[in-house]
Amino acid sequence: MTDILIHVEISPDGTPASNTGHLLALARGLGRPVAVAAVGPDDGAVPLGQALGALGAQVCFIAQTEAATNTIAGGGTEALQAALERFDASTVLCASTPDGREVLARLAIRTDARLLLEAQTLRLAGEQLIASHSVFGGNYTTESTLGSSLALVTVASSGTQPPAAIDAPEIIIETLAVNETGCSLQDFTQAQSRAERPELRGAQIVVSGGRGLASQENFSLIEDLADSLKAGLGASRAAVDAGYVEQSHQVGQTGVSVSPQLYLAVGISGAIQHLAGMQTAKRIVAINRDENAPIFSIADFGIVGDLFQILPQLTEQIQAKRSVSAG
Amino acid sequence: MKIAVLIKQVPDTEEPRKLAASGHLDRNEAELIADEITERALEVALKVKDGDKKTEIIAVTLGPGSATDALRKALSLGADSAMHIQDESLAGSDAVSTARALAEALRKIDADAILAGGESTDGRGGVVPAMVAELLGLPFAGPLAAVDFEGSKVTGQRPVAGGNQQVSVGLPAVLTVTESVGEARFPKFKGIMTAKRKPINAEDAASLGLTVDHATGNRVLSSAVRPPRSSGQIIQDEGDAVQRLIAYLESEQLI
Ligand SMILES: Cc1cc2nc3c(=O)[nH]c(=O)nc-3n(C[C@H](O)[C@H](O)[C@H](O)COP(=O)(O)OP(=O)(O)OC[C@H]3O[C@@H](n4cnc5c(N)ncnc54)[C@H](O)[C@@H]3O)c2cc1C
Ligand SMILES: Nc1ncnc2c1ncn2[C@@H]1O[C@H](COP(=O)(O)O)[C@@H](O)[C@H]1O
Repeated sequence: MTDILIHVEISPDGTPASNTGHLLALARGLGRPVAVAAVGPDDGAVPLGQALGALGAQVCFIAQTEAATNTIAGGGTEALQAALERFDASTVLCASTPDGREVLARLAIRTDARLLLEAQTLRLAGEQLIASHSVFGGNYTTESTLGSSLALVTVASSGTQPPAAIDAPEIIIETLAVNETGCSLQDFTQAQSRAERPELRGAQIVVSGGRGLASQENFSLIEDLADSLKAGLGASRAAVDAGYVEQSHQVGQTGVSVSPQLYLAVGISGAIQHLAGMQTAKRIVAINRDENAPIFSIADFGIVGDLFQILPQLTEQIQAKRSVSAG
Repeated sequence: MKIAVLIKQVPDTEEPRKLAASGHLDRNEAELIADEITERALEVALKVKDGDKKTEIIAVTLGPGSATDALRKALSLGADSAMHIQDESLAGSDAVSTARALAEALRKIDADAILAGGESTDGRGGVVPAMVAELLGLPFAGPLAAVDFEGSKVTGQRPVAGGNQQVSVGLPAVLTVTESVGEARFPKFKGIMTAKRKPINAEDAASLGLTVDHATGNRVLSSAVRPPRSSGQIIQDEGDAVQRLIAYLESEQLI
């Protein structure tokens, strides 16, 4: 069985980033999952290896390097290079994050390999790796493959459950010397967000607000509704530009693409670039006071009305239901 | 200071974009424009030039003949010159081939900073600029939501999961931006007129010493159109909308 290398990103608290389980699940479908990470010399490599085993990694290759502590994406490419020498790998997976993309881009040049970009799903046809992609905001689904034997893949999807835990993963620790002339990390500011809110990308329900909210204070109506539904928090670009909410919540062409069970668009007109990030949702609900808003043409359920009337009642009733079913 | 900006021509996102049977963009069906994110990258360079008139800005693109329009746009906004890489053998280049061609062109320019978009609206790959950095042996910083040029270094904000990194990189470097760096300016009439006289230097595979390998690259196997969505039940709020919405969500087992 061939080895599938996974580029593991490490959160500021030292644990594997939340998409690691999804990557391991994809890898498990293709071969033997080998988690590859770069950490600082004083970071606990063994506990990290165990955490990766708990997410389904059979083998963990952990490179210790100073670069991982102070350089952006530091050591990631070198760790994968070292792993490629040690393992007989056909595929390298990373998430479509800033770090993942940089690491795989550099690796492609160093190893003269080619990339499958923005994969949604991965499957094997014989020896051949085939990726599916969502193109032009979900208007098309394509499948593609490479003409080369080693495939580097950036993964755009998320949310799968990690595969069964491996109790005693093989943990290999190696010290790596890395040239640290890259981009250096000066400081990190934690984003403010309410605890326990699911991540936008993988959330089952997403509640998004647009320019119709009219102010940053009012945007808390969207946050309240999202929290009552345990939903991810989304926004239109107009809401982001107006400063109602941080850019990381933007859904659309140049923001996050989501495909939840339920997408609730409130005070959002439904510009084509917004639809590009959410039109593959299972069900779409829209609240807008303009009956001609384009969002209604793709909504499964739409309310033509004033969001300021509707939202407080809606949140209250959902909370009431939750407490009944919980009690 | 010399700044190269990577301008990419893409289909306008205002219209539905179509794939041809080959799985590639249907160019006949598309209105092609300079990708907004690359205009925003140019804007970052133009702000540096606003502060220091000696700054030289070169817009660089790889694309077919039509991509000249995107370069003219960049020149009308204030870039000093442009470089257009155009070659039959480069048509359908994947990220690696694109990066190799851009890197060779950039070697000739020898800029202090190379600015690009974080990801393009058509492919959304977000890997070409980091490949260029690797090919040129340069540090890479991006995608940045705010960029500050301070002499021979650049500082910036890099949004990642869970927060914001403050980063710093020495020049020369490759930098990419997110749309948070701010809107691009509009071309002025005078800019449009002077753009016509600014040079667009042509390069091709031979002049850049490139041999293109499409065989190992990406191959589209199939493409399927998503069936269009139709609208469902749209109601006017007459006081009972919340009730009806909750009934709908329950009937669909969404809550
Ligand atoms: C290259 C490019 C990329 C882009 N990428 C994105 C992207 O990723 N995501 C994105 O969202 N946009 C994107 N856009 C922008 C997009 O074109 C729209 O400008 C944007 O989506 C509009 O946001 P909105 O719907 O909140 O605002 P508007 O279009 O202004 O709509 C506000 C809506 O709120 C309704 N409303 C107002 N008050 C009330 C009320 N009291 N009750 C009920 N309804 C009310 C109005 O009827 C209106 O329909 C992009 C544009 C370009 C050119
Ligand atoms: N053909 C091209 N010509 C010029 N710049 C490009 C080209 N392809 C990509 N780029 C640059 O790289 C950025 C990211 O593109 P991509 O990696 O394709 O998502 C774009 O915003 C451009 O700045």
